[in-house]
Amino acid sequence: MKVLVSVKRVIDYNVKVRVKADGTGVETANVKMSMNPFDEIAVEEAVRLKEAGVVTEIIAVSCGPQACQETLRTALAIGADRAVLVETNEELQPLAVAKLLKAVCQKESPQLVILGKQAIDDDSNQTGQMLAALLGWSQATFASKVVIADGKAQVTREVDGGLETISIKLPAIVTTDLRLNEPRYVTLPNIMKAKKKTMETLKPEALGVDVAPRLQTLKVSEPPKRKAGVKVPDPKALVDKLRNEAKVI
Amino acid sequence: MSNYVAPLKDMRFVLNELAGLGEVAKLPGYEESTPDTVDAILEEASKFASEVLDPINYSGDQEGSNWKDGKVATPKGFKDAYKQYSEAGWPALPFEAEYGGQGLPKLVATAVEEMLTSANMSFSLCPLLTQGAIHALILCGSDALKKTYLEKMVAGRWTGTMNLTEPQAGSDLALVKTRAKPAGDHYLITGQKIFITYGEHDMAENIVHLVLARVPDAPEGVKGISLFVVPKFLPKADGTPGERNTAKCASIEHKLGIHASPTAVMVFEDAIGYMVGEVNKGLSYMFVMMNAARFSVGLEGVSIAERAFQRALAYAKERLQGKDLVQGGKTVPIIRHPDVRRMLMLMKSQTEAARALAYVVAASMDVAKKTKDQRQQAFVDLMIPVVKGWSTETGIEVASLGVQIHGGMGFIEETGAAQHLRDARITTIYEGTTGIQAADLVGRKIAREGGVTVKGWLAVLKSFDQELSKSKNADIQALRSRLAAAAQAVSESVEFILGAASKDPNAAFAGAVPFLELMGITAGGWQLARAALIAEKKIAANEGEKGFYETKIITARFFADHVLSQAPGLAATVTQGAAAVMAVPEEQFLAA
Repeated sequence: MKVLVSVKRVIDYNVKVRVKADGTGVETANVKMSMNPFDEIAVEEAVRLKEAGVVTEIIAVSCGPQACQETLRTALAIGADRAVLVETNEELQPLAVAKLLKAVCQKESPQLVILGKQAIDDDSNQTGQMLAALLGWSQATFASKVVIADGKAQVTREVDGGLETISIKLPAIVTTDLRLNEPRYVTLPNIMKAKKKTMETLKPEALGVDVAPRLQTLKVSEPPKRKAGVKVPDPKALVDKLRNEAKVI
Repeated sequence: MSNYVAPLKDMRFVLNELAGLGEVAKLPGYEESTPDTVDAILEEASKFASEVLDPINYSGDQEGSNWKDGKVATPKGFKDAYKQYSEAGWPALPFEAEYGGQGLPKLVATAVEEMLTSANMSFSLCPLLTQGAIHALILCGSDALKKTYLEKMVAGRWTGTMNLTEPQAGSDLALVKTRAKPAGDHYLITGQKIFITYGEHDMAENIVHLVLARVPDAPEGVKGISLFVVPKFLPKADGTPGERNTAKCASIEHKLGIHASPTAVMVFEDAIGYMVGEVNKGLSYMFVMMNAARFSVGLEGVSIAERAFQRALAYAKERLQGKDLVQGGKTVPIIRHPDVRRMLMLMKSQTEAARALAYVVAASMDVAKKTKDQRQQAFVDLMIPVVKGWSTETGIEVASLGVQIHGGMGFIEETGAAQHLRDARITTIYEGTTGIQAADLVGRKIAREGGVTVKGWLAVLKSFDQELSKSKNADIQALRSRLAAAAQAVSESVEFILGAASKDPNAAFAGAVPFLELMGITAGGWQLARAALIAEKKIAANEGEKGFYETKIITARFFADHVLSQAPGLAATVTQGAAAVMAVPEEQFLAA
């Protein structure tokens, strides 16, 4: 069984993100980039399924500029078998990515697509769901456990009230939550092997997908700075402030 | 407490711009070291260092290794970290593919080693000693020994040690007494060895001791020492560890620093050992490996300096004391105060200078190894005692400044600043003290060859001065004159040493350590000046991160005025200070 994993290149989670002076977006020049952590979990899950003998081939896909090759190399070093880059310098929104992934899925016919539930840059949490809708496949989002058997995926989902376990027919879309697994450290031999694995580059036009943004970003701004606190003389003053100033009780 | 973050930006700059990774990757066998692969290696190594090794550094120091009934328990987390380290394939990085290695250049290995050591120096010593033992076996082991040991050691499943020192034989190995009695296809080793790093521990399934000992009737002194492999468990026919050998750990030392690294007293009682190479050649084998070992200890100086700098910087940014001298007003973080700044800059500039020099020497090692270029090898041989001696002395100074920036809190263990100073303190002692390095530099590397290599290097500095003269940058021009004065100071000192070496050896050696320091700051200044010149070009071409390059130029300028400026003074000490060193009669030292 083939599995397709999508990976996104995002600003590294350790970096303190800065808004550009003109408010059009965030600063990405000379900023450390790495794989979206949820996608790392997705790749790890695919590799575990392969190690368990459930999956035979893992294809990592990334959509974006040429630099995404680095992210794909990381996926290959974790254990993906080959990589596909859909190369474009356009700003990509979830719907465009879902359409691109759909086209790649039609080309590759995987039984399972694993995606991060969201990317830590835009926090959209949409691509997996849109992809399922476009393909008409089953979906199980926010997975914390995945068991594949008899043409079905039994997926435990992290929902507000706790855990929900559902069974879905393959082919299917699964999006990962934080507790699905803990990604391994990439080994040195696998870094070296990743070099030799194939990386195919496709263009959106060749896939027949129009990636033009449908949403327009009006303004990006920093969250408001936290103001210094004040000391209140007694509990009565606190209650008064909470009631009349903060208006929370 | 601050967490270790690998200085990848500076490492990449040094690797690519100063050490010439691109050129190294053109050497036969190093083709895999393309920028993207090296980048991936650096990223993963930095992750491993920060997430696995750094968190057990302070706790490992507090807990230390513990000896009980001949067994040593390493601190909590070390065993698991070592397992992860070897499973990730890191031990195999520099070794040839035929032994299961990745065959990557020394230059790449150096960057990885720096990160592991910065994150946890005590931990890094186990792989370091194993590497030394592997090199020895590759270099002079029989095919049978290679087959039995190498693959397992390269995979990190078995670790290695170096058993040289005995109570009466420290810097002077001619005094080694341990005996080796022939017994069929092997020898029976009897004696006591001390200061054996990771001589006993619980992280690997077997320990391979390399032991210096004398066979019966061996000549006196250094010409009668042979090298033996003495495994903790004797390998069975199938290669797995079998019967326990009579090489036992009698105790471990209580030390100033590197508490997590067990320093063993080893007792050999008719322990089964196998000779490595030829009889009575043990010490010469050791000397071949000495370059690598001394280089690695020099790198420890860089690593500790970097770690101490990061910790001090984090503290200086958050500790609020005093007001801004110019603006007044509110209490400010201490990084605003000129003297704290000065200390931080001293830490930063010296760390970067030492890193650059070490990486450049590593690249020369790669070139010398692959091209057999004698001049490159001579440059390496000249610089090894400088990297070892100067970087470790600098490491101590930087770690001490780190404590100073913390003020009273630095003297208290909880901040972690003191650990770096305590850990750094061993680096100027083991693998040859600074005095031994300086003697090697003055005697073997300069006087013995009439100063050919050092003069060749001075010629390189001279032509580099021409390049510097073309710069329009005022900081670089100021730097240029300091560097020229330093080169002049080296030149005068070299002439003095060459003149004194045979006529008055005490005079040549009395100033050996100040001379080593002079060589260090000049070589470090040379690298920072190269960096500044490259930075100027990058800024002009509008390439890369402007702030990073501007800081490179300022850092070089700072180093020139605060460190390199000492060069003429050091030359005065070297050339004029010898007489007073030896003049006081010995009995006057006893007078109360």
